[in-house]
Amino acid sequence: MFSRTHRNIAGLAVVLAVVCVLPFILRPYQLDFLIFMFINIILVVSYRFIAITGEFSLAHAVIMGVGAYASALLAALPISPWISMPLGGVAAAAIAYILSFPLFRMKGFYFLIGSFAAAEAIRLCWVQFIDPFGGFRGLRRIPVLEIDLGELLYIDLGAPVPYYFFALIVGLICLFVMYRIEHSRYGFVFHAVHHKDTLAQSVGVDVRRFRTIAFVTGGFFAGIAGAMVAHYVTAINPGLFGLKQMLFVLVWVLVGGMGHFAGPIIGVTVLSIIDESLRGLDELRPGFYGLVLIATVLFLPEGLVSLPRKVLQWSTWLWNRGGGTLVKRE
Amino acid sequence: MTDLELILQTIMNSLIASSFTAIFAVGLVLIFGIMQIVNFAHGALYMVGAYATWYLYAEVGLPFFASIVIATFLTVVIGLLMERALFRPMRGNLFGGLIVSVGMMFVLEVLVVYLFGQGLMKNMTPYFKESWHAFGIESVTISHSRLFVFAIAAFILVAFWLFMSRTRIGWAMRACAQNPEAAALQGIGIGKISMLAMVISAAMAGMGGAVMSPLVRITPQMGHPVLVTAFIVMIVGGMGSIEGALIAAVVYSFFHTFVTTYIGGEIATILGLALMLLVLIVKPTGIMGARESV
Repeated sequence: MFSRTHRNIAGLAVVLAVVCVLPFILRPYQLDFLIFMFINIILVVSYRFIAITGEFSLAHAVIMGVGAYASALLAALPISPWISMPLGGVAAAAIAYILSFPLFRMKGFYFLIGSFAAAEAIRLCWVQFIDPFGGFRGLRRIPVLEIDLGELLYIDLGAPVPYYFFALIVGLICLFVMYRIEHSRYGFVFHAVHHKDTLAQSVGVDVRRFRTIAFVTGGFFAGIAGAMVAHYVTAINPGLFGLKQMLFVLVWVLVGGMGHFAGPIIGVTVLSIIDESLRGLDELRPGFYGLVLIATVLFLPEGLVSLPRKVLQWSTWLWNRGGGTLVKRE
Repeated sequence: MTDLELILQTIMNSLIASSFTAIFAVGLVLIFGIMQIVNFAHGALYMVGAYATWYLYAEVGLPFFASIVIATFLTVVIGLLMERALFRPMRGNLFGGLIVSVGMMFVLEVLVVYLFGQGLMKNMTPYFKESWHAFGIESVTISHSRLFVFAIAAFILVAFWLFMSRTRIGWAMRACAQNPEAAALQGIGIGKISMLAMVISAAMAGMGGAVMSPLVRITPQMGHPVLVTAFIVMIVGGMGSIEGALIAAVVYSFFHTFVTTYIGGEIATILGLALMLLVLIVKPTGIMGARESV
C-alpha cells in the first residue's frame, strides 16, 4: 500500500513526536539520561562513518575529547560557546587530519593499535600538562549555552529541558548530514573502499584520500559530541575519554550492527535503556556489557539490526521441522 | 645518593622491570603467534593472579608459595575455558577475537569486584621482608620481593626457551605459528597446540600477577597499564616474534625506567607511545618481524 520510503518517513515522524513529548512526562534525571543518549548517538554514528571505510579506530573517544577540551578552552578565553562549539569540532577534525598521516600508512591490526597509541599519547598529554589542561582533575566551570535576546527572550540551556531540545536538534542535523554524505557519490566510494579496496584502487580511486576524508568528517562530528558534553556537564577530565569509553563505543556499534545506518543508533538505545534499568547494580554493569558483547559476536555477528531477519530464519526452520514439510532426500 | 649510585639503582630497577615485562609480553605474543588473536584479557588474567594470591595468602592464611601455585593454576583454568569457548571459534578472525577478549576482560574485572568488593585497599605484607644492598653499597636497595620476581621470571623464560627449542612439542608449536595448515598436514593437532599455548600464556600472566602482588596496588584495573606496555613491546618487537618481544621488553623497560627516574612517569609513557608510533611508521613489521601483513 505504502512504499518503503513512506513507511520509513511515517515511522520517523512517530518517533519524533514521542521524543518531543517525553520531556514533559519524564523526571529531570531521566532527561539527563536521554541527553547523554543523544550525544552518544552522534558519537556512534560518526564512528560508523569512519568504520565503513574499513578501518576500526581506537582513537574516537579521544578525538571527542579534543572537541570537548578545545571548546572549553576557547570558551574560557572568553569566546561565546555558540562559536566555540563548532570550533571544537573543527579542532577535532584538524587533530584527526594530522593523525591520519601516520595512521593511514597502517592497516588492520596495526591501524587499531597505532590509533590506540596515538590517542593514549594525546590523553596523557592532558594529564601531564596541567597549565592549559588541568591535569587529572581536568577543566571546570565551563560556561553553559544561553540564548539572550535582551527583553525579548532568555533561555538558559544549562537546564535539562531546553538542553534536551538543543541536543535533539543538533543530533538530528548531524545525523541528517552524515546520512546524506553516506548516500551520496562519496558514500558509495566509501563502501567500495571498504569491500574491494584493491579493485577501487585499480579503477582510479585514491583509497587513502577517501579514508582520510571519512576519518576527518567523523572526527568533526565526534568533536561536536564532545563539545556538547563539555557545555552540559560543565566539567571534563581525561578519565571521561579513556579506553573504557572507547570500548563502550565499540560495543554499541558492534552490538547494533555495522551494516546499516540505524544499527549503531539501535545499539546505543537498547543497551543504554537496559543499562539504565540496571542502575542498582552499578559495579556489575561492565560485566553485563562484556557478556552482551561476547554473545553478539558469537551468535549475531551482524548485530541487532539483523535480529528480525535471523528470527524469521529460525522460525521458518522450526516451522518446517515441526510441520514435517521438509522434503526428504532419497 | 650520588649520581653513580642513582644510575646503578636505576639499572637494577630496569632489569627487574624488563624481566616482568618480558614474561607478560611473551605470553601475549605466543597467543598471537599461534591463534592470530590479540588477547585483551591477558591483563585481566594477571589481575586475577594477583587477587587470588592476595586472597589466599593474606586472608585465608595459606603459605605464600602454595598461594602462588594455586593462583597460577586458577588462571590456567580460566585461560583454558576462554580458549575452548571463545578463541577457538574466533581462530584467525582478528577483530572477532579482539572483541570477545575485550568482553572477557570486562567480565573478569566485574567478577573480582563482585567477589571482593570495590573500595577495599588490598594491602599485603610482603613475604620477604629484607632487602639486598647491591654490591655492598648502602644506598642501592632492592627488596627481596623484587629479586624474587626477577628470579621467577628468569626461570620461566629459560624453561620456555628450552621447551621451544629442545622438545618435539615445542617444535610443533613453532611450526603452528609459522604455517598452521602445513603443520596440520604434518599431523600436528592445532587444537591441542592452541590449548597448550593458552596454558603457557595464562600461567605466565597468572604467575606474573602472583609474584607482583606484594609490590603493586591490587585493583580490578591493574592490568591496563601493563597491557599498554605489552602492546608497545609487541609492536616494537614485531608481531608474533618471541625473540623480538624479549629484546623490545629489555629496551623499553630500560628506556621507561630511566625516563621515569629522571623526568617523570607520564612523560615516559608518552615517549614510549611515540616510539611505538615511530616504529609503526618506519618499520611496521617491528625489529624482528618478517610477516608481510602491511
